[in-house]
Amino acid sequence: MMLHRILSGDFPRSRVLALALLVVFAGLALAPFLFPGARAINVAATICVFVVLVASYDLLLGYTGIVSFAHTMFYGIGAYGVGLSLYSVGPTWGAVFMGLTLSLMLSLALALLIGLFSLRVKAIFYAMITLAVASAFAVLASQLSDFTGGEDGRTFSVPEALRPGFRLVENEIFGTAINGKLLTYYLVFFSALALFLLLLRVVNSPFGRVLQAIRENDFRAEALGYRTVVYRTLANCLSAATATLAGALMALWLRYAGPQTTLSFTIMMDILLIVVIGGMGTLYGSVVGAALFLLAQNYLQALMKQASDGLAAVPLLANLLHPDRWLLWLGVLFVLSVYFFPTGIVGKLRSRK
Amino acid sequence: MSEAMLSLTGVHTHIGQYHILQGVDLTVPRGELTVLLGRNGAGKTTTLRTIMGLWHASRGALLFDGEDITRAATPHIACAGIAYVPENMGIFSDLTVRENLLLAARADEPNAARLEWIFGFFPALKKFWNQAAGTLSGGQKQMLAIARAIVEPRKLLLVDEPTKGLAPAIIQSLIVAFRELKAMETTILLVEQNFGFVKSLGDTVAVMDDGRIVHSGPMAGLAENRELQQKLLGLSLDTHQ
Amino acid sequence: MTTTTPAATADAELPRLRLDTPPLLVLPILALLALPLIGSFPTWVTLTVAGLAMGMMIFIMASGLTLVFGLMDVLNFGHGAFVSVGAFTATLVLLPMQGWMQADSVLLNLAALGLAVALAMLVTGLLGWAFERVVVMPVYGQHLKQILITMGGMIVAEQMIHVVWGPDQIPLPLPTSFRGAILVGDAAIEKYRLIAVAVGLIVFVAMFLILNRTKIGLLIRAGVENGEMVEALGYRIRRLFVGVFVAGSALAGLGGVLWGLYKETLTAAMGGDIMVLVFIVIIIGGLGSVGGCFIGALLVALVANYAGFLAPKIALVSNILLMVAILLWRPQGLYPVAKR
Ligand SMILES: Nc1ncnc2c1ncn2[C@@H]1O[C@H](COP(=O)(O)OP(=O)(O)OP(=O)(O)O)[C@@H](O)[C@H]1O
Ligand SMILES: [Mg+2]
Repeated sequence: MMLHRILSGDFPRSRVLALALLVVFAGLALAPFLFPGARAINVAATICVFVVLVASYDLLLGYTGIVSFAHTMFYGIGAYGVGLSLYSVGPTWGAVFMGLTLSLMLSLALALLIGLFSLRVKAIFYAMITLAVASAFAVLASQLSDFTGGEDGRTFSVPEALRPGFRLVENEIFGTAINGKLLTYYLVFFSALALFLLLLRVVNSPFGRVLQAIRENDFRAEALGYRTVVYRTLANCLSAATATLAGALMALWLRYAGPQTTLSFTIMMDILLIVVIGGMGTLYGSVVGAALFLLAQNYLQALMKQASDGLAAVPLLANLLHPDRWLLWLGVLFVLSVYFFPTGIVGKLRSRK
Repeated sequence: MSEAMLSLTGVHTHIGQYHILQGVDLTVPRGELTVLLGRNGAGKTTTLRTIMGLWHASRGALLFDGEDITRAATPHIACAGIAYVPENMGIFSDLTVRENLLLAARADEPNAARLEWIFGFFPALKKFWNQAAGTLSGGQKQMLAIARAIVEPRKLLLVDEPTKGLAPAIIQSLIVAFRELKAMETTILLVEQNFGFVKSLGDTVAVMDDGRIVHSGPMAGLAENRELQQKLLGLSLDTHQ
Repeated sequence: MTTTTPAATADAELPRLRLDTPPLLVLPILALLALPLIGSFPTWVTLTVAGLAMGMMIFIMASGLTLVFGLMDVLNFGHGAFVSVGAFTATLVLLPMQGWMQADSVLLNLAALGLAVALAMLVTGLLGWAFERVVVMPVYGQHLKQILITMGGMIVAEQMIHVVWGPDQIPLPLPTSFRGAILVGDAAIEKYRLIAVAVGLIVFVAMFLILNRTKIGLLIRAGVENGEMVEALGYRIRRLFVGVFVAGSALAGLGGVLWGLYKETLTAAMGGDIMVLVFIVIIIGGLGSVGGCFIGALLVALVANYAGFLAPKIALVSNILLMVAILLWRPQGLYPVAKR
């Protein structure tokens, strides 16, 4: 069956989940027509990118059992690669591809290096080393301000066809202008879709099953003749490359690359939260998780602000509900879900059937 | 008085999803030396670890000196009076010989007279008293491991393959040590592969295979019965004098 | 001595010293190599003292973490939270006691600081105890969950600091008598750095004595190598572990106070930020080794200070390079801990 091939035989296996996925898919596919506001389309594009980013992280965490804190580094490499290339060469497609190639090469080299260095040791070792390397990279990016724009980052122009001023068709369709912004959105959307389906294929391939076997019992997998280091390193590289592409998409969408939007530790935490809350070890978790998370981040915080203002008389409580304390509640949710719902939303939905 | 110091009834132990012990029945009579034999992978070490509470029995019961220790935690079992010499000896290599023995003693310092008694058959320990245990030779480590278990009198001694990889001269000093312990009526459960070593030491013997006890009885019975040895241990007396 | 020591033989057979010296030499070699690069002797002295001071503070923060890991195979990614909480708790004493802090009297200054440190260590110790019970205990032996949960715990703790102390950073001026520098020859050495070095040395020596001279210390060292055997000898390693966890948290709190005074401003993220260096330190030292942690901390801090002077842009990268170099030399760190 067609769907079977597209989804690599990995079906949602839960009616509610299938429905949720369908809603997210339809919502994202038609976002420019359904939710015309600039903010809404921005949220939709971010969701697309985050689905890929989180899914590629889940390949590591959920499928391979590796905790990495360097995922934003690869994400950032992609964003900066495309961004700096467009900035210095000028807004051509050639610059986009050059940036993409260079950043992919850098990401793969780094992933390979870190992997060979530390994947043979314990999970904890890898986590620590990636944390150190990623933070050094972030500092480096903001220090080399002549090159990267430092803390301010770089704003750049994108190729003609992706600019808001560009009109593909003169008339509006369903009240939406068919302009470069829309084209960019669909570039992001379809790239994200393709990358997601590719990842789905990977985790359901024999390679993906070996990864899962390694996660369950690496000792045994090694005894069965699989070189666990090789598999882990490959997974690491694949995940890094996908994150790099996600970063590139984000840069094209924002027409900006800077530390806050790509390299910051907050984004790393967001990824972790989405993976865990959505459900580790299932790529659909990243779809549901990213959609919920970003919607909440963009719309729930407003609600918190109201509550906080309403409670201004009670200082501590007002502080607790202040929109900046959003991360506090996420953190609590995160800890609780690691304990009580280690399989996340998707796992819950699937077990309910 | 040969009532049981330790008895295992129908003990099953799982390690992860593996079912290792499959109904072990074993009795260690008070004041005697019981030998546990069996080929590699039979489950001898697992039996000792289950007694120590390092694995927990999933079924069956362990009774030690009248107390049910099936669910007890390792420190509790140790304090109840069982000393354990593991297969890998469990030496603290960072600590000196003295410090290793110090930790094994419940009192603040090991009893001097008892130490002298131990030095009597393990003189190397006295010689290397303040040396890091990690620098000792394999045989000396084994001596230290056993010394640690007997630095104070305990009700029951579990010893896992003490002769593994040791030269005959050192095995001889182990025999002396076990003789001394037997003379003091210490209850011992000794796991061995080296039948020659335990033939003269053991009072009773049990043979394990595939997670079960397949034979048990007095040592004399097995020591004299070549056919039984052949059948249970696959030994012929030509290779094991 | 006690009756049990066979003195005669102990003398006759001198124990071979098993001190592993090459890692000890790295430190002076590094310092000497830096001298010609920096060029000016007074600058070098200033930088070296600054490095030593920073190293001591990092050691204080890292030592508990490495012991906890060695003993129970638990790596607390939320350790940085104790650093921040310690520093912020100290403000509860130091800010109301500005009078004593600004007084021109060493005694009053010290009293205020002592109170602050005591409170900070008490609070972080208690917090460590609660953290162990609530957050760490349910995930023993599950590394993946440990990393995630302790990281989550850290986020929550950091956010709670914001809730309690507000979102802004808090200035924390040094007490009067610790401000300024003393001149040794041409080299200016800040007084506070000397104090940090002194406190670090005291902590190191105390820890060294406890680990080598007391039964508890021996048990901790034995437990790091083979926890199962410690249990089989009749000791409850869990209690030992909780004790070490609490002590390690309290030390992180102490480190936080020292670090906060060093920076003279507090942010909720300060603990999380310093964790990067702490991790590098315990990897370099060898996971579980206190001695290695000490040397690693000094190394990292010296390199950071020298590099900060010679090539400020790559100061943090220099530590990664240092780590890579050390791991190429000794893949398990400077002092690998023997594991069963
Ligand atoms: N940690 C473990 N995980 C999985 N299986 C184990 C583990 N430890 C032991 N086993 C298995 O349990 C069985 C019994 O092992 P055990 O060590 O008790 O044998 P043994 O009789 O002591 O053998 P030997 O004489 O070689 O020491 C073996 O098949 C072994 O593979
Ligand atoms: Mg064995």
